[in-house]
Order: sequence, then structure tokens, then C-alpha cells
Amino acid sequence: MISVEDLNISLQGFNLSNINLSVEDNEFFILMGPTGAGKTVLLEAIAGLVPIKSGKILIGEKDITKLPPEKRGVSIVYQDYALFPHLTVLENIAYGLHFHRIDKKQAEKRLNRLLEILNLSHLKERLPINLSGGEKQRVALARALIVEPGVLLLDEPLSALDPGFREEVRTALKRLHQSSITTFLMVTHDFAEVLSLAGRAAVMNKGLIEQVGDVKEIFEKPSSPFVADFVGMKNLFKASFSGTYAMVSGLRIEIGRTVDPSSHYLAVRPEDIVISREKFSSSMRNNYSGIATKINNQGFYYEIEMRVKDVSFKGLITKGALIDLGMEEGSPVYVSFKASAVHVF
Amino acid sequence: MKREPFFWVTISCGLVIMAFILLPLIEMMTAPSLAMLKETIKDKDVVRSIWLSIYTAGLAALISFVLGTPLAYLLARREFRGKRLVEGIIDLPIVIPHPVVGIAILSVAGKNHWIGQVFSELGIRVMGSVTGIVIVLTFVGMPFYLNAAKNGFENISPRLENVSRSLGASMFSTFFRITFPLAWRSMLIGIIMCSARAISEFGAVVIVAYHPMIAPVMIYERFEAYGLKYSQPVAVWLVSICLALFLILRILTLRKTREA
Repeated sequence: MISVEDLNISLQGFNLSNINLSVEDNEFFILMGPTGAGKTVLLEAIAGLVPIKSGKILIGEKDITKLPPEKRGVSIVYQDYALFPHLTVLENIAYGLHFHRIDKKQAEKRLNRLLEILNLSHLKERLPINLSGGEKQRVALARALIVEPGVLLLDEPLSALDPGFREEVRTALKRLHQSSITTFLMVTHDFAEVLSLAGRAAVMNKGLIEQVGDVKEIFEKPSSPFVADFVGMKNLFKASFSGTYAMVSGLRIEIGRTVDPSSHYLAVRPEDIVISREKFSSSMRNNYSGIATKINNQGFYYEIEMRVKDVSFKGLITKGALIDLGMEEGSPVYVSFKASAVHVF
Repeated sequence: MKREPFFWVTISCGLVIMAFILLPLIEMMTAPSLAMLKETIKDKDVVRSIWLSIYTAGLAALISFVLGTPLAYLLARREFRGKRLVEGIIDLPIVIPHPVVGIAILSVAGKNHWIGQVFSELGIRVMGSVTGIVIVLTFVGMPFYLNAAKNGFENISPRLENVSRSLGASMFSTFFRITFPLAWRSMLIGIIMCSARAISEFGAVVIVAYHPMIAPVMIYERFEAYGLKYSQPVAVWLVSICLALFLILRILTLRKTREA
């Protein structure tokens, strides 16, 4: 278990303030946030690589705040792999064994297991310069895990890889996590990685943790406008609430429940909005007529901007549906969504 | 394709510079006859002074290596207040006129300064001694080692060291297993540059130690006393040695660029 308690860090022009975080044993925990949010600094603080102003870091029951990096049992994997260029793949992977008292047979067993899981056996004698990105990152993973660290820190381990290799390393990560007792703490801003790997996650912004929770919870119930925007809730409006409905610029939106009166915002995911040309008869509580103001080609689908009174909604439809509906900029449309699709914070 | 006039300007300037550097050197190298060169190298004074030049320069490089490596590492890895100032101070010996270096060192090592008094009580003589020569050569050569080693360290990602430490290696183990193997070539180049600079020093040495006589001082003395003809053979021997150093340096840097 990792516990970060009231951690404060101040570096040149950058601060981490009052970070509290607790990650369970063998959990796969992900830190998300925009560039400059302080994710990497937090990782390096846990690894003992940046000076801490105040606060505590514990791994299990042990306070490691004042321990040097080599005594923490925390391995780190970087985006740029950081392989030792003068050592072969095998020497890279076995590097950590020099500093741990591990019985030779045991060491060999670990080595062979990692070579097999990560499919590296045929590359043993190569130098890092002769490896592909995916191979490099697999070597970096093997090197980090051979010492069986209590915690494995991963700093955007997939973002420098080509899409094909990314998939491959992601699968490897998942397998490694399932077959080891190590706690994984990873930084990323790729939602596909978050959804496929993590159990719980935290969203950071400007040196603060905005929200911690199950991945599902963060995506479905963002606790702040920042998180909502960050996880892709595009229809985010300032609202006033009374009873079981809310008012957004004069538009009455049913939310089907009473909410905390201190709430100020509501949001609806674009994919929860149903777009039609005729009035949609269903159980959906919110139905409005409006005008399509803009159609953005997003590759596999189209994002439609629609104006209802003074409120601008964004929804998604497929290319087929766009043609089917005969949708053009200026077309009249109906915008519908369930009361339960409305998120309030 | 017709070449632009600009191209011809660059070529002509290049040729002028090549001639400017090479002509005097070639002329000097070929002036003495083989017999004269042979005779010169049989002269015990010449051999002694060339040897003295080589080993004092080597010692200067060794001292720079031992004392300079930690500082070079510090400058490559840490940001601190006054870092620019420290870097400026390191470069001072390069820009100060050579005789001034000699005078500056004597003003500290002389009898009127407490350091000079401590030295003389310990029985260390700076004026007119090998010690004095080594001190002067270290003074002028040190910046070259420091800068080369610092560049070498800067080219190694600190993340490699971070990873090494997170895998259980202490800072010392990390330095010897990761940093040093990746930086040794730059350090060696620094050592060669430092000793090449030291071996060519004249102005500062002649003030601190006319005797024992290093090769540049001997060349100057022979020129003053007997003229060009008698100073040339010694110069040829000294230059040959400098060229050998230069050649090693080029081979090393070439191999480095090929690997990178």
C-alpha cells in the first residue's frame, strides 16, 4: 500500500500542495491530468528523486519519506525507456540483481519468467539501440520488475509508442499486473489506457488532486467542472437548481432528483444526447427543438453543435446517421436526453 | 550546374586558412635535416626538457581529472544560485594573458603571502621547481578538462541514474556502473585537451620556472642564444608529440560521433 499524506513540494516555479493519496496493495492506480499538473513530480517524489518540503510517504507500514531512492523498493519506468545504452538487453534486465541478495536459482527463475511473459528471449544479446520502441519498453518493464518492487511507477509508459506497439505493451502491462504482487501506479492521459488497465484513478490539476475514485465513478460522476471537462463532458453549463429541475440560461432541464443546493454546474455527455429530425417520443424527460449550427467531421463520427434557445449542446452521430437524417448546418433538430444522464456538481 | 559566387568565396577563404595554418608548420617541420634531428634527440638536455614537458602536462591532466571530475558532475547535474559565476571563474584561466598567470601564482606562492610561507615551511618550493611548473600547467589546463567532462555528463540523461538508483544502486555504484562508462570518452578527451594545452604553455611557466627547463622554454632559449636554426629541431620534436596527442583526440571523437 502507498500512502501519501499532506505532501507538499515546491520546485522552481511549480508546487504540489497537500497531496493525499492512498493506493491499495496490488492495485493498478492511474494518475491523470493535463500537462503540467504535477503527475510526474508526484511519481518522482514517491521514488525519492525530488526533494519534499513537508508531508509523509508510506509504503505498507514503513515511512520512506527520508529514505534514499535505492532503499525504497520502488521501481520506475519512463516514457523514453531510459535503457542503459552500454548494456545488452540481458544486462539491462539483470542490472538490479547486483544490488539485491537473491539466490542464483531464484534470480534465474525470475529472469526467465519475465523474458517469457514479455517475449524478449530472442533479444537477450542485443544493445538497446537495435530495438524497436515496443521492445525497449518491454525491456524497461522487465528491468523494473526483476527486483520485485513493492511499487512500480510508470510515467506515461505507452505514449511514445506507435499505436501497434502501444496495444502490445498495454496487454503486457495488464498480464504483468495480474501475475505479480506489485502495486502499479501509472501516469497517463490516454482514456483507453485508463479504462482498460486501472481499477481506481485520480485526476490532478495545477498541483492539486481534484478527484480520486473508481474509474467508472470519475468518468460518470465527475466531482468538479474541471474533471468533467477533462474526462470529456462537453456539455457543461452553469445552472441554478430548484426541486428536481435546473435552469440553464432560461432552459428548464429535468434532473429527476433533488440535488445538493450548493451545486452550480450540470453536464451531459455528448454520447448521451439523442439527435432526431422529428420529435422523439420516448420516456426521455428532456426534449427540445433547436437548430444544428455546426457539423464537425471527427473521422469516424460527426460532432453536431445544436442551439436550443441560448444553450449550445454538442452531440455525436455516425456518418450513416448524418446522411440518413439529411442533416445540414441550419437544419431544425430535436435534442433529447434522459434526466439520469444529467450530471450535477 | 553553375556554382554561385558565394560558393567560391567560401572555398577561397577555406583555402587561405588551410595555407595559413599549414605552410609555416610544414616549413618548420621540414627545415632541419634528419641528421640534425637525430643529433638533437641525442642531446640529453633536449630529451630531459621534452620529458619534463610531457610528464608535468600529464600530471596537470591527472590533477584536473581527480579534482575536476566531481565539480564537472555537479555543474552538469545541479542548478544552483551562482552557477553561471562558477562557470565564468572556471573559464578565467583561458582568457587571462599567460605571463599574468605566472605572476598571479607567484604572488600567492611567494614569501610575502601566508600560503607561500606555509609552503616554504613544508619545504615545498614553487619558484623554479617542478612543483611550480605543475601548478602553472594545472591552472591553465584545468578549464579544458572541466568543460569537456561537464559536456560528457550533460549528454547522459539523469533518468538513467534515477532508474539505476530505483533498482537499488547507491549513488557511488550508479556513478561507476552507469555514468562513468557512458562519460569516459568525454573525460578522456578532456584529459587530452588539458594536457595538450599544458604542454604548449610558455608565458606562465617562464615566469615561475625558467629552470628546470620545459621544452617551450628551451626552444625560446635556443632561439635567443643561437637563432632559428638551432631552435627548429627541438620544436619539431615537440610539435610531433603534440600532433600525436591531437591525432588520438581526433580518432576518439570520430569514433564517438559514429556511435551516436
